[in-house]
Amino acid sequence: MARAVTSQRKTINTVIAWGVGLLIFFPILWTILTSFKTEAQAINDPPLFLFFDWTLENYSVVQERSDYMRFLWNSVIIAGGSTILGTIIAVPAAWSMAFVPSKRTKDILLWMLSTKMLPAVGVLYPIYLLFIQLGLLDTRIGLVIVLMLINLPIIVWMLYTYFKEIPGEILEAARMDGAGLRDEILYVLTPMAVPGIASTILLNLILAWNEAFWTLNLTAANAGPLTAFIASYSSPEGLFFAKLSAASTMAIAPILILGWFSQKQLVRGLTFGAVK
Amino acid sequence: MATQHSRSAARMMMAPAVILLLGWMLVPLTMTLYFSFKKYLPLRGDSLAGGLDWVGFDNYTRFVTSSSFWPSVQATLIIVGGVLVVTVVLGVLLAILLDQPMWGQGVVRILVIAPFFVMPTVSGLVWKNMFMDPVNGLFAHLWKFFGAAPLEWLSQASMQSIILIVSWQWLPFATLILLTAIQSLDSEQLEAAEMDGAPPLARFGFIILPHLSRAITIVILIQTIFLLSIFAEIFVTTAGAFGTKTLTYLIFQRVLESQNVGLGSAGGVYAIILANIVAIFLMRIVGKNLDA
Repeated sequence: MARAVTSQRKTINTVIAWGVGLLIFFPILWTILTSFKTEAQAINDPPLFLFFDWTLENYSVVQERSDYMRFLWNSVIIAGGSTILGTIIAVPAAWSMAFVPSKRTKDILLWMLSTKMLPAVGVLYPIYLLFIQLGLLDTRIGLVIVLMLINLPIIVWMLYTYFKEIPGEILEAARMDGAGLRDEILYVLTPMAVPGIASTILLNLILAWNEAFWTLNLTAANAGPLTAFIASYSSPEGLFFAKLSAASTMAIAPILILGWFSQKQLVRGLTFGAVK
Repeated sequence: MATQHSRSAARMMMAPAVILLLGWMLVPLTMTLYFSFKKYLPLRGDSLAGGLDWVGFDNYTRFVTSSSFWPSVQATLIIVGGVLVVTVVLGVLLAILLDQPMWGQGVVRILVIAPFFVMPTVSGLVWKNMFMDPVNGLFAHLWKFFGAAPLEWLSQASMQSIILIVSWQWLPFATLILLTAIQSLDSEQLEAAEMDGAPPLARFGFIILPHLSRAITIVILIQTIFLLSIFAEIFVTTAGAFGTKTLTYLIFQRVLESQNVGLGSAGGVYAIILANIVAIFLMRIVGKNLDA
């Protein structure tokens, strides 16, 4: 039996939790609010919270001056492309490790994880040099490849932990009924694996969208995604609070919404299955 | 049972991922190792085609004896340690709070988790300008309201500022993992303890905390790996000034800004070794979990 909770205690919990939650969320809320102010209102003393003249002007200015749509498109291509490519490569690998495990499976999984722990800065120049040699510097395809590689271990791991949960008996039954490897994958496994694959894609979209080491170091004017777009507001535009806020809001809004759908997968994906 | 046929098929299916990651690991790593033993200053005419001078361990000794090495190690340790303490302590408290019965739990969870989805360049700039700006930042207004002189956050309290920004980003991660762990705690155990008259603090110390120890370890290890390589937050706020030059940032400057590739590569090798030491502990825990 669950303990009966007095409604007084529940009220206290609610008040404290909402207070803390709003405090943590406040910087985001403040950014969104400021994006609807004029520059003068944004630096008004005392600060204005809700009672100001709401305007959409900043959004159009940001789009005009720094071509938000182009950066957005780059982000979509880079995050989406690297995730899809990574998933295509990872699904067969994770499938075989989950359903045809060998003595070395565990070692291979751990080794894959270890590549994720390679500090990026340690291989910055080699990648930079290779990018110049191959003509990949400041191209979207270059970043798609790099982000695919850095997220591949996480994709394999997540898929592996999901596939592991599919009961092996079902596969045996399918094999008994004469299903070949191809049929097994297409008709038995895929329907059961879709939720896991969807979660994996979701989390990796978020990770790739927010990646800010390679995207800052390997792009310039052409292929820069939103992370680079915002970095360009570093100075002196950063002093224009309303425009910085509008740009920031536009950069985080798409992923904030996706992110809220993927809370559960976040734990699993980022702990490599160690916490479920 | 897997047949011979399915084994070779499995190997084929694994091959692309394994080969790609092997290449991704070995090629740049070999190059970094190679450069670390060479004098390589592209801006002064050194080039791969022209041949590079072998300098032995010169770069390695020069990297650790340079005046910016120890400050950078110190900065790295303070930032990583500071963020770990803040996120783990607050994360445990928040996880316990969010586990209590309340109205609107789902919404509060969303509010708490949100910072994790904010890209590092955005959180860096929003905090730097809209909160920490000494004239127009919200903190300045707050300080003035209480009659104190506003701080120049990023120069006068640079470390605390960076720790604050990065902690804000990582607190959701710690909270979410610890909350997941707390929810797996058997509530009957807590009820029994309560009936036996154990005060809240004892219940926390003897039941909740030991139950969380594994999750806390995982949070610490994973965050350490990510925190050792934080870059964008420093890039857009202090650009390594005011004592916030971490090891990662120092190597970045050596390699790309001053283009001393040999020296930077030696630094990179140190960073790789450091990350691997942490990684070994994490892998042990994850590996154990695989057996279970």
